[in-house]
Amino acid sequence: MLHHRKLAIAVMTTACLPVATALAQSDETITLGAAVSLTGKYTTNGEHTQRGYDLAVSKINEAGGVKVGDKTYKLEVKYYDDESTPARGAELAERLIQQDGVQFMLGPYSSGITKAVAPVTEKHKIPMVEANGASRSLFTNGWQYIFATLSTSEQYLTGALTLAAENADKLGKKPEEMTVALAFENDPFSQDVRAGVLDDMEKLGMKVVIDDQLPRELNDMAATLTKTKALKPDLLIVSGHSKGAATAVRQINEMKVNVPILAMTHCDSADVIGKFGEGAEYTLCATQWSPTLSYSDDLFGSAGDFATLFEETYGYAPPYQAAESAAAVQVFADAFTRAGELDPQKVRDALSQTDMMTFYGQIKFDETGKNIAKPMALYQVLNGEYKVVSPSNFAETSAVVPRPSM
Amino acid sequence: MNNGAARLIGYLALLAAGLAAPFLFPAYQSQMAELWLFIVFALTWDLIGGQMGYNSFGNVVFLGVGMYACALTQVGLFYDVSLYNQARGGGATIFTFDWQQYLEGLAVGLPVGAALAAVTAAFLGSLVLGMRGQYFAICTLGLGIAAGEIANGWEWIGAGSGMVPPNAPDAIGNLARFYYYFAMALAVLTFLVLRHLYATHFGLAINAIRDDEDKAESMGLRTTRIKVTAWIISAFFLGIAGGIMGNLKRFIDPVDTAFAGPTFGVWMVLMAILGGKGTLWGPVIGAIVFQVFKEVSWTYLLGWQRVALGLLIVLIVVFFPQGIMGFLRERFPERFGHRVESDSPVALSRERAG
Amino acid sequence: MLDNLEILVQAPVITVDLVLNGLLVGAIFALAAYGMALVWGVMNIINIAQGEFVMLGGYVAIVMVGYGLHPLLAVPAAAILLFCLGWVLYYSVIFRVVDRDLFISILATFGISIVLQQLMNTVFGGDVQIADAKLGTVFLFDGFVSLAQVKLLAFSLAAILGAILIVFLKRSRLGQAIRATAQNARAARVLGIDTNRVYAATYGLNAALCGACGALVAMAYTIHPYIGLPYTVRSFMIVVVAGLGNIGGVIFAGLSLGAAENIAGFVFGAQYQLAFVFLLLVAVLVWRNWRLARKREYLK
Repeated sequence: MLHHRKLAIAVMTTACLPVATALAQSDETITLGAAVSLTGKYTTNGEHTQRGYDLAVSKINEAGGVKVGDKTYKLEVKYYDDESTPARGAELAERLIQQDGVQFMLGPYSSGITKAVAPVTEKHKIPMVEANGASRSLFTNGWQYIFATLSTSEQYLTGALTLAAENADKLGKKPEEMTVALAFENDPFSQDVRAGVLDDMEKLGMKVVIDDQLPRELNDMAATLTKTKALKPDLLIVSGHSKGAATAVRQINEMKVNVPILAMTHCDSADVIGKFGEGAEYTLCATQWSPTLSYSDDLFGSAGDFATLFEETYGYAPPYQAAESAAAVQVFADAFTRAGELDPQKVRDALSQTDMMTFYGQIKFDETGKNIAKPMALYQVLNGEYKVVSPSNFAETSAVVPRPSM
Repeated sequence: MNNGAARLIGYLALLAAGLAAPFLFPAYQSQMAELWLFIVFALTWDLIGGQMGYNSFGNVVFLGVGMYACALTQVGLFYDVSLYNQARGGGATIFTFDWQQYLEGLAVGLPVGAALAAVTAAFLGSLVLGMRGQYFAICTLGLGIAAGEIANGWEWIGAGSGMVPPNAPDAIGNLARFYYYFAMALAVLTFLVLRHLYATHFGLAINAIRDDEDKAESMGLRTTRIKVTAWIISAFFLGIAGGIMGNLKRFIDPVDTAFAGPTFGVWMVLMAILGGKGTLWGPVIGAIVFQVFKEVSWTYLLGWQRVALGLLIVLIVVFFPQGIMGFLRERFPERFGHRVESDSPVALSRERAG
Repeated sequence: MLDNLEILVQAPVITVDLVLNGLLVGAIFALAAYGMALVWGVMNIINIAQGEFVMLGGYVAIVMVGYGLHPLLAVPAAAILLFCLGWVLYYSVIFRVVDRDLFISILATFGISIVLQQLMNTVFGGDVQIADAKLGTVFLFDGFVSLAQVKLLAFSLAAILGAILIVFLKRSRLGQAIRATAQNARAARVLGIDTNRVYAATYGLNAALCGACGALVAMAYTIHPYIGLPYTVRSFMIVVVAGLGNIGGVIFAGLSLGAAENIAGFVFGAQYQLAFVFLLLVAVLVWRNWRLARKREYLK
C-alpha cells in the first residue's frame, strides 16, 4: 500500500507548487501573457516577436504607463517557451490563463501555433491580440476574442503578382499567358499564402505549371528547381519561413535558375542580402512593414524612429515581425484606456472598436478580428538594399522586372 | 485487515481522488486530463515494450490514427470533410455543431478511432512484428515519422495546415473538465483491462515471448498471432486516447500533435522505463512523475527545459534502467510477494547495510 | 505525379541532373553512415546523436567562417573537435551503456541528441546558417545539368576521408585493435588490448567523421540546430541495407539513397521526399526479414 499513499502525496504537493507564484502580483501592473518560440525551428522569429513586445512595453512604461479609468498601470509580459510546437502553445496558453491568472494574451509566432492557442483563449473568453498569425483560417471560425495587427497571408504576394502582370509586356507576353511555379512549405501560413496566390492568379488568368509543397525539414529543394529549369515559368514564388527563403536563394544561384520574376516571403528575416549578397539581387519580398514607410504615432514616432530605437536596443534592424508585435502591445494599451476598466469582456469590446494610427500603420479590425486597414508592401532587393516597390503610394523606386539574367 | 481489502480501499481512494481532482484544482484540469492520457500512453506502451519485450517507437502511429479518425468522423457525420478542411481561406463558412451533434460525433468518432487504430496495428503488426530487437525499434521509428509526413501532405485531412476538431457548443460546459473525465475513464479502463490480461494465459504468453521467443515458439505458442493481438490491444486504447487528445488540444498538427514521434512517441517509452517497465503500476507512476517534471521544468527553466529533459533521459536510462518500481522491488521484495531467503544475496546485503 | 514522370521521359537529361546531384549528397550520407556502422559493429551501440554530430560539425565551419577563415579548414578542425567531444562523451555516458541492451543505448543517445540540439539553439539561434565557400557551379549539357563546385568538393573530400579511414583501419595499430575488438572483445582483452580505450577511440572516430561531414553539409547545404534526425535515420537506413562491416555496401547504399531520394522528390513532390525515405526504410527491413523468415530466421 505504501506506494499508493506516496503517489497521492506526490500528486498533491506538486500540484500546489505553482499556485504560490501566481499569487505574487503587484496590483499596479497589468500582466499580459505570451507563449513565444524561444527554442525550436521558429526561434529567430520568436525572438523578434518577444523583442517587439518588450520594446513596446518598456517604451509605454517609460512614458508613464497605461491610464485606465483614473488609475495608471505599468505593463508586464509573462513569457513561456512553446518550443515552436502548436501542442505546447495550447498547453501554455491554458497555463497562463488558468494558473497564472493572465487576463490578456499576446499572440505567439506563426499561424500554426496561433491556431492552437486561439481555441483556448476563446474558451476562456480572454482577448488575444496577435501579431504573427496571418493565416485566414484563423478568422473563419467565428472566434470573437482574437485580433490581429497584421495583414492576412493571402495578401502577402498580391503585390508581386500585380507587378508581374503590369510588366508582362516586357516579357513579350500578355498577363494571361504567364506561367507560374509555386513552391510552398507545408505549414498553415505558407499554405494560406499559396491559397491567396492561387486566387490572384485566377483573377489575372495566369497558369500554374509547378505546384510543389516543400517539407518542413527543408534543406534541399533541388528537385523543385530542376523542374523549374525544365518548364521555364515566368514567375517563381517560394514561401517557407526563413529557411525556405535561405535555401531557395542559395540553390537558385547555384543551379542558375533563370526565372524572370522571383518572389518570396521572409527574405529579410532570413537576411538573404547578408548571406548571399549579389545572389539575392532583384528578389521580390513580401513585407508587412518597412522602416521607410511614412506611418507614425506619438509613442515611437515614425517608422524610421522605431527602427533606430530597435537597432540601438538590440543591435540589428527590426524585421517586420518585431514591428507588428510592438504594435500589438500598443493596441492593447489603447484598448485598456478606452475600456476604462480591466474587465476582459470590456477590453474585448474596446479592442473591436480599435481604429488607431501607429508607426506600423493603420489598425482597424473587421468583425472577425483581422486588420483591414493596412496594406502589405513589397520590397525588391536592389544594390544590396531592400527598396519598397509596391504599393505605388509608398514606392521608393520602381521595380526592375524582369531580372536581368545572370 | 487483509491484503485484498486494503488494496480495494486503496483503489477506491485513488478513484475518489481522481473524481474530485478537477474540483479541487480547477486550474490544472487540462494538465491532469493530459496526465490521464499519458498514463494510457505508458500503459499501452508497456504492454508491448515491457511485458512483451518489443521496444516500439511507433505506437504514436495509433495515437495519430485515432486522433484524425475521431476528428474526421466528428466532422464527416455532418459536413463535407474536404470543405471543412479547406475553409482556411476566402469564404466566411463557419461550421457549427450543436450539443447533440457534438456528442453524437464523439460517440461515433472515438470507437471509429479505436477501430481504425486497431486495424492499422493488425496490418502493420503482421508486417513488422517478425523483426526483433533494435530492428523492430528502428522500423517502428520509421513508421511513426513516415505516417506524420504522409498526413502532412494529405490535402483531404488538412495537410500541413492541420485540422481543428469541431468547436464545442457552450452546452458542453467546461471542456477541459468534460475531457478530463473521458481521459480518466479511459485510463482506469485500460488499467483494469491490462491488469486482468496480465493475469491470464495471454499475459503469461507475452511474458514468455519477452523471456525467450524461440523457446516460446517451440513450446507451441503461436507467437506471431499473440504479438499482433497484443499490438492491437495496445493500439485500441491508444486510438481512443488519440481521439480525446485531439479534442482536448483543439488543434491537430500532423507532425507535432498527431504523429509526434520525438515527443509523445519517446515520452511514452520514457514514462514506462522511469516507472519500471514490465510492471503494472510502473507506467502509471512513471507518467505521473514525468508529467510533474515536465510541467515544473517548463515553468522554472524557461528555454532550458529541453536540456533538462535530455539530461533526465540520459540519467534515467544510464543509472536507473530498472525504474522506480524495479528499485522498490529490489529494496522491498517482501512487499511484492517475493519471499526472501535469509541467505539470499539481497537479504545478506541488506543485513550488512542495516 | 504522372506529368512529372513524363518530364523525366521527355528530357532524360533532367534525370541525369537529379541522379548526379543525388549522388553528391549521397556521399555525405555514406560518410555519416560509415561512422554509424563502425560504432554499431564495434560497440554494439546505435548512436541516435549521429545527426547532431553532423550538425555540430556544421557549426564549427560556421564559426570559422565567422572568423574569416576558409570553410575548407573547418573540415579537419571539426573532425578534431568532434573527436574530443566523442571521447569525452564516451567516458562520461557511453561507457555505461556499452554492454547493455541496445535499446538503452538508443534512448541514452537520444537524450544526448536533445541536449546538443538545445545547446546549439541557445548558442547560435534557431535559424538556418551556411558557411559559404564562394565557389561557382559546373554546367553540363547546355546548363541542364548543374553541379555546384562546392558539392563536387564535398563529394571528393568524402571519398578521400572514406579512403583514409579504410586504410587506417587496415594498417594502423589502433585500427587493428578496433577490428580485433569488433570481432571478439573478450579475446581482444585477453590479448592485452584495452578495449575501453578502443571503444572511446571508435566513438571519437565516429564523431570526427560526422563532424567532417557536417562541415561539408554547412558548405554545400544548410545547417540549423534541428537538422540532425534525418541524417541519423538515413545513416541507419544505409547501414541496415548494406549490413554491418561492409564498407563497399555502405558507400553503394549511400549513393543510391541520395539518387533515389532526389528522383522520388521530383516525381512524388518534395513534400513526400522524407516519407519516401522512411517508408523505404520500413520496406527494406520488411523485405529483408521476409527473406530470412523463409529460412526460419529473423533480423536481430
